[in-house]
Amino acid sequence: MSAARPAWDEAYNFAYLDEQTKRMIRRALLKALAVPGYQVPFGGREMPLAYGWGTGGMQVTASVIGPSDTLKVIDQGADDTTNAVSIRRFFQRVTGVNTTEATEQADIIQTRHRIPEVPLREGQILVYQVPQPEPLRKLEPRETETRKMHGFGEYGLMHVRLYEDIARFGHIATTYSYPVMVNGRYLMSPTPIPKFDNPKMRNNPAIQLFGAGREKRIYAIPPYTRVESLDFEDHPFEVQRWPHACALCGSRESYLDEVVLDDSGGRMFVCSDTHYCATRRAAGHSGAMAEGSVARALAPSAGKQEDSHERA
Amino acid sequence: MYVAVKGGEKAILNSHRLIAETRRGNPDVPEISAEQIAEQLGLAVDRVMAEGSIYDRGLAALAIKQAQGDLVEAIFLLRAYRTTLPRFANAQPVDTARMLVRRRISAAYKDIPGGQVLGPTYDYTHRLLDFALAAETGVGTPEAAEAEEPLDPHMPRVAEILDEEGLVEREHTDGQEAAVFDLTREPMSFPAGRDQRLQNLARGDEGFLLALGYSVQRGYGGNHPFAGEIRMGEVSVEIVPEELGFAIDIGDVVVTECQMINQFTGSKDTPPQFTRGYGLAFGHNERKVMAMALVDRALRARELGETAAYPAQDEEFVLYHADNVEASGFVSHLKLPHYVDFQAELNLIRKLRREHEERHRKEAAE
Repeated sequence: MSAARPAWDEAYNFAYLDEQTKRMIRRALLKALAVPGYQVPFGGREMPLAYGWGTGGMQVTASVIGPSDTLKVIDQGADDTTNAVSIRRFFQRVTGVNTTEATEQADIIQTRHRIPEVPLREGQILVYQVPQPEPLRKLEPRETETRKMHGFGEYGLMHVRLYEDIARFGHIATTYSYPVMVNGRYLMSPTPIPKFDNPKMRNNPAIQLFGAGREKRIYAIPPYTRVESLDFEDHPFEVQRWPHACALCGSRESYLDEVVLDDSGGRMFVCSDTHYCATRRAAGHSGAMAEGSVARALAPSAGKQEDSHERA
Repeated sequence: MYVAVKGGEKAILNSHRLIAETRRGNPDVPEISAEQIAEQLGLAVDRVMAEGSIYDRGLAALAIKQAQGDLVEAIFLLRAYRTTLPRFANAQPVDTARMLVRRRISAAYKDIPGGQVLGPTYDYTHRLLDFALAAETGVGTPEAAEAEEPLDPHMPRVAEILDEEGLVEREHTDGQEAAVFDLTREPMSFPAGRDQRLQNLARGDEGFLLALGYSVQRGYGGNHPFAGEIRMGEVSVEIVPEELGFAIDIGDVVVTECQMINQFTGSKDTPPQFTRGYGLAFGHNERKVMAMALVDRALRARELGETAAYPAQDEEFVLYHADNVEASGFVSHLKLPHYVDFQAELNLIRKLRREHEERHRKEAAE
């Protein structure tokens, strides 16, 4: 950033929201941290991004970010997906903060659908974008009812649903938005992260904040909190596994995206966490297709990237 | 395909440039100004102001221009702008009985004190395309003849005429001191008071409310309504600044108001009487306020001891889904990548199919 440029677009208040709104959201965040997993109603505002595209996460980020923070924004685990780019650009414009793709360098990570592969540390804040904060909504459409169910800790309905899956399919057929119990009290939606990421929520040293803009709810998991995925003694919770390794970096530990290569069944599997994958490759790891043209097109650091963007 | 989804910053910037070019259209055709939109597409501006919740014709016209005439998008633009505005005062309740009336009709009485005032309306136009409007010479400066006598300054609200006989329920106030719910500052909560409900409906999507109001008329929540009164015109907005302690006029806004009168057979405690549904919106928005009044009345089912069995009577259903900024946002978010979750589902369905095939093979072998 050149010295002549103002730190942020001064047509707007720092981080877009006015100070009263930020204060209101911070109060909701404190309450949420004090009652882990409880959905705190808040006076969500219209943001210059469509509802369902991360307005809740943006309001949370806007309320906690300071000028010296470093921000990372990911969508589907990737820093370069269009909406992640769009949100990152928004915050660059209205806060002037530094941004990064490096998970360990970020103070705040706003995410949609993933938790980074690299373990988070104390002092970091992970902000989740939440489309539907109510884990019971698909079972009970009424807010008046679900609030009562949370009040009474009455979660039998969810266990019945999971049991019905086992009866029909032989195992629980929920692959993402897999419900968790927080601190042994509140049933919580982990947002549509794959259940692969659920174990990362447990005892995480970072602060986990959840913002649902359209539904106007905020909830939180303080650091080092008990977070358990629902299961049964004879059907313990388990995460997805792949028979493949990442085709670019060879990782067998990460969550993989499937990439369709042609129309005759050609597939490759690559890390959904682009920064994790790039870091591994920089450290000398490589997968089966690390040298191919597809790899060059996909690799964020490769020179071909700019051209492929223009085609999009 | 994959590369396209991962399109980054440059793709977004290019897309912005392309939309700017598309919006401008053929450069040989003169560019439309926001002023022209405000003047000549006034009803579009009215709708955008009402659902965008800002009374500003200039900004609404700009939003319409920027959104290429997509009114829901324009409403969204106005709402996002609204977030950045400070609130410096709460207005006093506007008094629509003191409205400078431009249009005022009642379908309940043949004649009413103050008279029926047709005003500017498409109601009795034949919906024949007027090719004169497409003529290159334009329409010139059409002028309506002035009325022979000025309007009666005394135009009582029609509901008040019934009120005197006790035939219609009284509008009871919650008391002057009670703070009014503010939907723009607080999240929705249930059961919703009438203030919260009316705010929601006033900003709610016209199409959604129209369909719900229509469903009530067709029998999904039957209540035969009469358009007691529809009036449209200017009302003044007053605030009481703390340092003054008395009300000052800060300007005029055009609003449309509708009082629907509905049958009610009475209950154990209440004698038979007419009940009301209420609609109010910025600008000239008749379809909207009529639909709003129908839905408002339908949503009073529980309060009046009626069985709430239909969608329009279901408060969570109506209020949670009326806002088109929320609705269009959440529907359009399906365009965002979901490949992490889709991958999870792919894995599951492959596993389920494998197990299914194995079962079949085993059964066939037996």
